Amino acid sequence: MEFEPKILGIACNWCTYTGADLAGTTRLKYPQNLRVVRVMCSSRINPSFIFRAFQLGADGVLVGGCHPGDCHYNTGNLYARRRLAVTKKILDFAGLEPSRFRVEWISASEGNKFAEVVKEFTEHVQILGPQTKFKIAGVS
Amino acid sequence: MSRIGVFVCHCGLNIAKTVRVSELVEFARTLPDVVVAEEYKFMCSTPGQELIQNDIKKYKLDRVIVAACSPLMHEKTFRKVIAATGLNQYLLTIVNVREQTSWVTSDIEVGTAKGKALINGAVYRARLLSPLVSRVIDVNPDIVVVGGGIAGIQAALELADTGKQVYLVEKSPTIGGHMAQFDKTFPTLDCSACILTPKMDAVLQHKNIKMMTYCEVTEVKGYVGNFDIIVKQKARYVDHDKCNACLACTEKCPGKGVSEWDEGLAKKKAISIPFPQAVPQKPVIDRDSCTFFLKGKCRLCEKVCEQKAIDFEQQDTFVNIKAGAIIVATGYDLMDTKPLVQYGYGKLPGVYSALEVERLFNSAGPTGGKVTLRDGSEPKSIAILHCIGSRDKNNHEHCSRVCCMYSLKFAHLFKEKTSADVYQFYIDMRAAGKGYEEFYNRIIEEDVKFIRGKGARITESKEEPGRLVVEAEDTITTKFINLPVDMVVLSPAIVPRADAKDVQRMFNLSSDKHGFFMERHPKLAPLSTMTEGVFIAGVCQGPKDIPDTVAQALGAAAEVLTIVSKDKMELEATTAIVNPAVCCGCQNCVRVCPYGAPSFNEQKNVCEINEALCKGCGQCAAACPTSAIIARHFTNEQVLAEIEGLMEY
Repeated sequence: MEFEPKILGIACNWCTYTGADLAGTTRLKYPQNLRVVRVMCSSRINPSFIFRAFQLGADGVLVGGCHPGDCHYNTGNLYARRRLAVTKKILDFAGLEPSRFRVEWISASEGNKFAEVVKEFTEHVQILGPQTKFKIAGVS
Repeated sequence: MSRIGVFVCHCGLNIAKTVRVSELVEFARTLPDVVVAEEYKFMCSTPGQELIQNDIKKYKLDRVIVAACSPLMHEKTFRKVIAATGLNQYLLTIVNVREQTSWVTSDIEVGTAKGKALINGAVYRARLLSPLVSRVIDVNPDIVVVGGGIAGIQAALELADTGKQVYLVEKSPTIGGHMAQFDKTFPTLDCSACILTPKMDAVLQHKNIKMMTYCEVTEVKGYVGNFDIIVKQKARYVDHDKCNACLACTEKCPGKGVSEWDEGLAKKKAISIPFPQAVPQKPVIDRDSCTFFLKGKCRLCEKVCEQKAIDFEQQDTFVNIKAGAIIVATGYDLMDTKPLVQYGYGKLPGVYSALEVERLFNSAGPTGGKVTLRDGSEPKSIAILHCIGSRDKNNHEHCSRVCCMYSLKFAHLFKEKTSADVYQFYIDMRAAGKGYEEFYNRIIEEDVKFIRGKGARITESKEEPGRLVVEAEDTITTKFINLPVDMVVLSPAIVPRADAKDVQRMFNLSSDKHGFFMERHPKLAPLSTMTEGVFIAGVCQGPKDIPDTVAQALGAAAEVLTIVSKDKMELEATTAIVNPAVCCGCQNCVRVCPYGAPSFNEQKNVCEINEALCKGCGQCAAACPTSAIIARHFTNEQVLAEIEGLMEY
C-alpha cells in the first residue's frame, strides 16, 4: 500500500486559511493528508509547534501566511519568515530532512496555489517516506 | 473534566456526499469528555440551532464543537447560538469539514478519515478553552468615505442624512468621479449630469458632510469604532476659504496644461476647475503648467483676484480625523492599451479609448458634444471593439461587465450625432441587467452592424492614407474581414486604480487575483472586508455598472450604521496578556508588536500589554522566550493540544 503521510498545516486566518477555504469553494481536489490548525497570524507560530508535530509523528509540516508586505498585522509575517527560517535550520541541524518543513505565502485569493502546494508537498513527503527521526516512541 | 457536545452538519449533501456524517458522530461519542454527539441536515438553520441549545441545557455542556463549514463562514452564528444559552461564546470550536474536507476530496473514505482527525483535534483543543469576556469600547460616530465618485457620494449623502458626520475624501480637485465624465448612461440614455450634479451639489450643501477634495489619506491607525486617519490636503495655491469662485483668475491665466478630465483631448488653464459643473467651483493651480512655477514670473491670477485668495507659498497640510467606520470607494482605471501595439492606440490618431469618446459626446467636453476626429472632420464609419485586454488570458481574464452596454450606447449616440456606419466587433453580447437586453434589441434596429469576432489588429489603410483597417475574424461566417473605417473605439479592460495596492495596504484590505479589493464573503458579507469597520463599494471591488454601484454604496452605508449607530461595541476578547511572574523583562514583545500594545514597566521590571491596542495576532507570544505572554484563545497549550489531537489519527 502506498505510504500515506500525516501532514500538519498551520495557516494564518486572513490569507492562507481563507485561500484554503477558497480552494474548497471552487471544489479543487487535493490530497487529504493535511490537517490544518488555524492561527491568527503566521507570526503566532512558536517553533515548538513544529517540533512537537514532528515528535507526534508528522511526516511533514506546512506553514502558510500572507505574502510579505500583505500581512493583516503589517509586519507579522516578516518576523515569522525569519523565525521559521531559523526553525528550518534547527531541524536540519538536528538531522531531519529540512524539506519536510515548508513555508509558503498564499493569499486569500490563491485557492489554486493552495491546492497545488498541498499536492506537491504531499507527493514530496510521500517520496521521503515516514519521518522517524523526531518521532517519539509510542505515538501512533 | 469537560462536558463536550459535538454537532456534525450534513450541509445537505455538501458534507454528507464525501464524509460519512454518522460515522463521525459515532466516532465522536467514543472520545473522552464527549457526552453527546449529534448530526443534522443544516446545523445553521433554526432547528439545528435549537438542537444545539437544547443539548447544552439537557447535558449541561460546557464546550461545544460544531463540525460544519469554515469558521470564517459561521463561527459568529454559532457563537451567538451558544451564548444565548448562557454559555460563554469562546467555548465554541468549529471543525471545517466542508471547505477543507468534503469539498476538496471525492473519496468518501479519505473525507471521513480526515473528518475524524479534525474532530479529535477539536476535542483536544476544546478541553483547554477558557471563557473570555469581550472588550467593550466606545464608538466614534463619525465616518470617513474615501473616493468622491458616485459610490462615495451616494454613501456620504445617505449617512449624512441620518445625522452622522461624514468626511468625504477625494483625491482630485472635484467630486463626481468617472460618472461626471459621461454624457449619457445606459440603458435609459438619461443624462449623466442630470442625475449626478444635483447629488454633487447636495454633498456641498450638506451640513453633515465635510467635503475634502484634492486630499489623500496617508495613514490609517486604530481599529473599528476608533480609527485615526491622517488626510493630506494637497497644496492648491488657492485659499478656498477666501475664494469666492468668481473664476476671474482662470480667464487671465496664460498657462496651458493637459486636461485629465477630458482624457487629454483638451488643454486646461494652469489655474482652473476641472469642468464647469465641478464641485467645489473653486480652482486649483497645477504646478506643472503654471508659468510662475515654471519660469518664476507671471502671478497674473494673483493680480486679478480681488479676494487675495492666491497663495503661492501654500504647502501640503495634514488633518487628523477620528472615525468609527470607513467606506473605501476608490473606483477604477481603464487599462492602458498602448502596450497592445496591434491596436495602435497612441500611434494611430483615429484610435480612441472609451473614456475619450465619452468626452467627445459630452456637451461640456472638448468638442462641445460634436463627434469629430482629431483633424476636426466627422467620421463616416466607426468600429467599436469590445473586450480589449479583458476576457483575455494574456491580459485580464475578467469580464469588465459594462463594455457591451456602453458600446451599444456609443453606437446609439454615434447614430444620433453623425451619419456614420457603426460596426460592433464583439466576442459575446452580454446584456444581463434590467432593461439591457431590450436596449440591445433597440440598437440592432438602429442599423448598427454587429460582427461576432474580436478585433485582432488595426492598421493604417494603404489605399486611403489616414483611414484605418480593422482586421478580424467573423466567427459566424468564419471569414476574415478587413474593414476600412475612419474611427476606432477601444473598450479597454476595467482595472484597479494604479495606486490600488497602496490603498489596499493602508486600509488593510485583501485583493483578488485581478487586484480588485476583496469582500469578506461574496454572499454573506459582500461589502465587508477582512478589516472590521472598513467597507468597500463600487468598482474598486470589481467591475460593475452605475445601478449596482449605487446599490453597493447604500448597502455599505447601512453596514456602517450598524457600527456607528451604537455608542459602544464589543471587540474580540482574543488579546494577549502577560503573566508577570514569568516575564523576564527582555522586551522582545515591545519590539515586535506593530501596534505598540506592550510596554515595559521599569519599576516592576516586566512588560505589560495595553489591551485596547492589542489586535490579537499573537506574535508577541511567539517572540516571548519564557512563555510569559498568553495569546488568549490561541495559547501554546491550546495549539499544542490541537496538534496532538490532529496527529493521533
